[in-house]
Amino acid sequence: MYNFEFQKPDTISDAVAALGAEDAQALGGGQTLLPTMKQRLASPKVLVSLKGIAELQGLCMGDDGSMCIGGATNHATVAVEATSYPALAATAAHIGDPAVRNRGTIGGSLANNDPSACYPAAALASGATIVSNSREILADDFFQGMFTTALEEGEIITEVRFPIPEKANYQKFLQPASRFALVGVFVAKFADGVRVAITGASNDGVFRWGEAEETLSTNFSPDALQGLSLSDSDMIADLHGTAAYRAHLCSVMTKRAVMAAN
Amino acid sequence: MAQVSMTVNGKSASGEIDGRTLLSSFLRDDLKLTGTHVGCDTSQCGACLVHVDGVAVKSCTMLAAEADGAEVDTIEGQANADGSLNVIQQAFQDHHGLQCGFCTPGMVMSAAALLKENANPSESEVRSYLEGNICRCTGYHNIVKAIMAASGQDVSSIAAE
Repeated sequence: MYNFEFQKPDTISDAVAALGAEDAQALGGGQTLLPTMKQRLASPKVLVSLKGIAELQGLCMGDDGSMCIGGATNHATVAVEATSYPALAATAAHIGDPAVRNRGTIGGSLANNDPSACYPAAALASGATIVSNSREILADDFFQGMFTTALEEGEIITEVRFPIPEKANYQKFLQPASRFALVGVFVAKFADGVRVAITGASNDGVFRWGEAEETLSTNFSPDALQGLSLSDSDMIADLHGTAAYRAHLCSVMTKRAVMAAN
Repeated sequence: MAQVSMTVNGKSASGEIDGRTLLSSFLRDDLKLTGTHVGCDTSQCGACLVHVDGVAVKSCTMLAAEADGAEVDTIEGQANADGSLNVIQQAFQDHHGLQCGFCTPGMVMSAAALLKENANPSESEVRSYLEGNICRCTGYHNIVKAIMAASGQDVSSIAAE
C-alpha cells in the first residue's frame, strides 16, 4: 500500500480535527480498509485511528431502554457483552472469524456499508440510530446504497443505539470463502410491528422487505410468508449465486429467521 | 517515519517505521521474528496470527503503529522457559498436527487463544474457532485432534488419519 501519515488521537475532537486534513481517512479496526489499501483501491494521505479514543469503546444501556454501543467497539466485545439483545450478540459472534472480530468495529462496518456485511442488516431491522460527532441519523436514512451512507467527509460514528425488540433473529447464508453473507436476513419484532432487513442480496445494499414486514406484523409465523417472493431484478449476481438464487434465499432465510425468533 | 515501541514475547522492542508498516512486517523484517508467516496477506489464511494484548489478531491486517505500547506474543515465545515445546506444540508433534508446517504458527497461536477462552472445547468448537486459519495441506483432522489433546481431553477414540 502507499505510505501515509498515521495518527492516533485520544479524543473525538482531536480525531475530527485530524480528519480535516486533505485525503484523511478514519481507521476503525482496519479489517476492510487495510486490505482495500493494499489493493490500492484507497490511498489516504493521513490515516486517523479511532482505537485510542476511550469514549468510543464499550456498551451501555440508554435511559430509553436502548442498547448503546461505542463506534470503535469490536465485534468480539459485542458478542460477549450485548446480553440484553441476544440476537445482536449472536450476529456479532458470527462476523468474520475470531481474529477479525477482535479488531473489526461496529462503526467501521456501518460506515463502510459493504453490501454483504452483517451489521447493516442488524441496524436497519432494529431501527437503530447512528450517532455521529455532529448529529443523530436514523438507520432508515443512513444506508444509501452499496458502500454509500449519509456520513459526510470526516464525520465519525461515535455510537449506535439499538432499540431492543421483543423477538429477533439473524440468519446468514454463508459465502464460505469470505464468510460474508451470501444472503443475510435480520428480523425484529417490536410492539408496533415487524422489521425485516436483508443484506448480501441487492445491488443497492441493505434494504427492508416491506411486504414481508406487513404480513409478519399481522402474523409472526413462517407460514405467513408462504407465497411471498422478491423480484430478482436488482439482486446481485456473481459466481457464488445468480440473482434468482439470491431472491429465493431471501424468502428462505426470512422464514428461518422468523422460525428461530419464535 | 515514526518511532514504535512494544513488548514482544516479554522483551521490549522498538523501531522506526513507516505509517504503512504492517505488524507482520515489523515482526519479520525489523525484529527478524520470521516464525510469524505471511500466507495470503489478505487476512483470510491466519498464518500470521499473533496475540496483541492477549487476543488473537491477524498481524498482516494490523498496522505496527497500532501495536505501539502493546504486549505482542508470537510463536517464538510459546516454548517453555527451558526451550522444550509447550503443551500445544508438543500435541501438534504427537498427533501429527502439521504436514508442510506453513500454517502451524498461526494454528498454534489460534489454539492458544481458544484454550484461554475455553479450556475444554468440543470438536465442533475447535473447528468453528479455526475458521480463520487455513491449512492448504488440508490437515485439519489432526490439527483439531492435537488441540483437543492439548486441552487434556482423551483423543484415543479419534481415528488417526
